[in-house]
Amino acid sequence: MSQQIGTERGSTDALVQVRNLKTYYDEGGLFGGQPVRAVDGVTFNIQEGETLGLVGESGCGKSTLGRTLLQLEDATGGEILYDGEDITSYEQDELLSWRRNAQMVFQDPESSLNERMTVGEIVREPLDVHEWKTDGERRQRVQSLLETVGLQREHYYRYPHQFSGGQRQRISIARTLTLNPDFMVLDEPVSALDVSVQAEIINLLEELQAEFGLTYLFIAHDLSVVRHISDRVAVMYLGHIMEIGPTEELFADPSNPYTHALLSAIPLPDPGQERDRITLQGTPPNPRYPPNGCPFSTRCPARIRPSGYQDLDEGVWSQLNTVREVLRERQRADRTIRERIRGSLGWETRFGDMNDTITELFGEFEVPANVQEILDEVARRANENDEEAALTLLNDEFGSVCDGVDEDPEQSDSELQFYTVGSTDRKSYCHRHDSEYREPGPVIEDRSIKEHGE
Amino acid sequence: MTADRVRDRPDREDPILQVRNLRTVFYTDRETIRAADGVSADIYPGETLGVVGESGSGKSVTARSIMRLIDSPGQILAGSSIRYRQTETVRAYADSFSGHTAELSDVAHEVDKSAAFDQIDRTPQHFGHERPEDVPVADLVGGGYGPELGLCDEGDFVFVTDGEATRPGQIQRGFVEITALEGEAKRLMRGGRIAMIFQDPLSSLNPVFTIGNQIKESLNLHRDMRGSEATREAADLLEAVGIPDSRRRLKEYPHQFSGGMRQRAVIAMALACDPDVLICDEPTTALDVTIEAQILDLFTQLQAERDLAILFITHDMGVIANVADRVNVMYAGEMVERADVDQLFEHPRHPYTQGLLESIPGAQSGDSLSTIEGTVPTPNEPPTSCRFADRCPKAFEACREVHPVSVPANEQNDDHTAACLLYPENMSEQEAAMMHDQRNPPREESDTS
Ligand code: SF4
Ligand code: SF4
Repeated sequence: MSQQIGTERGSTDALVQVRNLKTYYDEGGLFGGQPVRAVDGVTFNIQEGETLGLVGESGCGKSTLGRTLLQLEDATGGEILYDGEDITSYEQDELLSWRRNAQMVFQDPESSLNERMTVGEIVREPLDVHEWKTDGERRQRVQSLLETVGLQREHYYRYPHQFSGGQRQRISIARTLTLNPDFMVLDEPVSALDVSVQAEIINLLEELQAEFGLTYLFIAHDLSVVRHISDRVAVMYLGHIMEIGPTEELFADPSNPYTHALLSAIPLPDPGQERDRITLQGTPPNPRYPPNGCPFSTRCPARIRPSGYQDLDEGVWSQLNTVREVLRERQRADRTIRERIRGSLGWETRFGDMNDTITELFGEFEVPANVQEILDEVARRANENDEEAALTLLNDEFGSVCDGVDEDPEQSDSELQFYTVGSTDRKSYCHRHDSEYREPGPVIEDRSIKEHGE
Repeated sequence: MTADRVRDRPDREDPILQVRNLRTVFYTDRETIRAADGVSADIYPGETLGVVGESGSGKSVTARSIMRLIDSPGQILAGSSIRYRQTETVRAYADSFSGHTAELSDVAHEVDKSAAFDQIDRTPQHFGHERPEDVPVADLVGGGYGPELGLCDEGDFVFVTDGEATRPGQIQRGFVEITALEGEAKRLMRGGRIAMIFQDPLSSLNPVFTIGNQIKESLNLHRDMRGSEATREAADLLEAVGIPDSRRRLKEYPHQFSGGMRQRAVIAMALACDPDVLICDEPTTALDVTIEAQILDLFTQLQAERDLAILFITHDMGVIANVADRVNVMYAGEMVERADVDQLFEHPRHPYTQGLLESIPGAQSGDSLSTIEGTVPTPNEPPTSCRFADRCPKAFEACREVHPVSVPANEQNDDHTAACLLYPENMSEQEAAMMHDQRNPPREESDTS
């Protein structure tokens, strides 16, 4: 499934254009099975001189995306146009010279600096590699760079261990600046730092951007940092961009259900806030086995429900979701050969009786007879160790367009796509923006009131 | 936590855990690092006390000291007292360890404290007070000076302040001195009464045993449960911490759990011993924000169900605002400010707290962020000045000559204190500096042990 976004803005001033980019790992690997779809078809632009923030939880593919943009990982498919040229097709030597334009700053200033080299050697290494001018000129350049990032010329002769975390991050930044890049990928550059130090580094990055006209892709999980530094933000989940648009609008008035959930989960430094936190169930799926349909469907608080079950209790829905999670997990749990044999003989395995689990989950709810019937059948299939069949049944009955189920084949295209939302140029990847459905915001609110009362 | 915070707390009950003048030092070849340098704190049943600070502030060392997890080259110094005051526990300890139990009930009134301070090489200032008579006997005895003063025997760790040592069931008040515990008595406290959850759940889990075995071991050890009873309880605990399909999960190994699920499993293990106090050291820092929200919700729910006292350590002001009822701010080994969570965020008094709150990137954008210049000093000498002075925008002359002690910092609220020479507000800088100075131990005598 690819994500199609129409051309964003006038693509004329886009420095980086990413088209349907995919990065898969372990393709047809050891077990000839499924690859890990770290980045699964993303399309966006980065404008010259802007900061695009890239947020998402661990495993969503944001770091892989950053590394792929710099060709530190090979793309599995799609294009990366840098100044109009597709860098995914570059040969090794072309890549080397292109890399002068594009640099990466990593999270961990502890491990990204070679302890045995002096600060001077570390920072000038890229100049040495590219055989830039003379020895003396290299030293001159490095020393002035050290000043630029708020260190001193004399630090040239010191070793990294003599510096604090914040200073070490300054050293890394100086190193990335040596070749005068236009584009920098900053991968969690302040996550390992204390708050007060973090603020200094963010200020430095902003000053450098203004001074050298840099373009940033700023990857972080800390949303308050991203909000502060970014012009636009892209929100990633399970290899996909769920929403992308100008920072303030996206934070103030999120459209995509995942953005809603992510923003509401941030603990704000304000004890007075009485906010209804949307607590998502479960964990993100394994990118080796993404769900059918929308990548967020297994946890989405706004998931579209099939027309036959509109009156089902909120609690029952959430437990149905848990059943699905349990089955997915059982399906993936590695099973020893012994367990398989025990299972096929109908003996007890560590997987236990699904009936018990279901009874436990639904104990406190009134489950309509027709739903109970399906649950019984689901349990029966699971107990025969056929999770696949159990899941199919669950999906057929309770799934919707969000789960890739086409309830009404007459209806228009059920392929998930980007919709333009908000008042500026913002895009969200969700069926709910189709006029046929209600918008995510009100749905999430209604459901949470129904579940918790007002 | 959250909506119905425990507002009426101070009159409601006594603190369950009291930390007084805790000094934990680490000896290295070059220096002695005073990681926790005179820390005092109270934790009440059913409340969450947040301890916030940056790296090197001493917040984790404080937690580990309470758990008695300080190993060589670290050491908790004499004069430190960590008192566990739950009556039921005191009774149980007095019963099991009668040979280590002392009565303070009668002696308390008779102690001539001026004379006492002549006998030991400490001053009242070492205990945070100006006059001998202000120093509580418990601080002296808990701090390990009981035998010298003839108040108890060497090796005592259960102290009865109301009741008789010989009739444990009738004891009304007392405490178990955690810093004096050894062997079985220590094991019963750590894990049995106080449990700790760390940032990395894998550090608490053994990779070669199933989750079920590890929970059952804890049940066996602390609650004497075995066999199918233990299995049932273990499954219930997993359900209680939000792990569905618990019977299957019990049979799985830590590596088969996701990060968030592992932390839940560790919480289940901690609860297995039915503790009264839970110490959480950055328990959500390694988790993604949606998972963090789940775990914070879980703490709130468990606290309400079990009346847990929680000591919650974090560097994240956002998390603190969400979980804590009261907050202690630490800097370079010292508690520099303490207040109700609302007070702290609305009216921070200590310049460090103010700087910390201002440096959080908030809703404002465009402007550059305010920062705290410089870095946290390593506390390797007894303090003779304000440890924040080099970075403090409000520093004045006296800040480099006088070490500030905790004083009331908010006229509207007695429970709000700060260790800063700007307070108390009703005094001139001069007066305040003098007052702070008098509450410090005399310079030449200040200890270097
Ligand atoms: S498409 Fe469906 S599951 Fe996906 S975000 Fe929208 S409502 Fe949620
Ligand atoms: S004592 Fe002085 S230096 Fe220390 S925090 Fe107060 S004003 Fe600042």
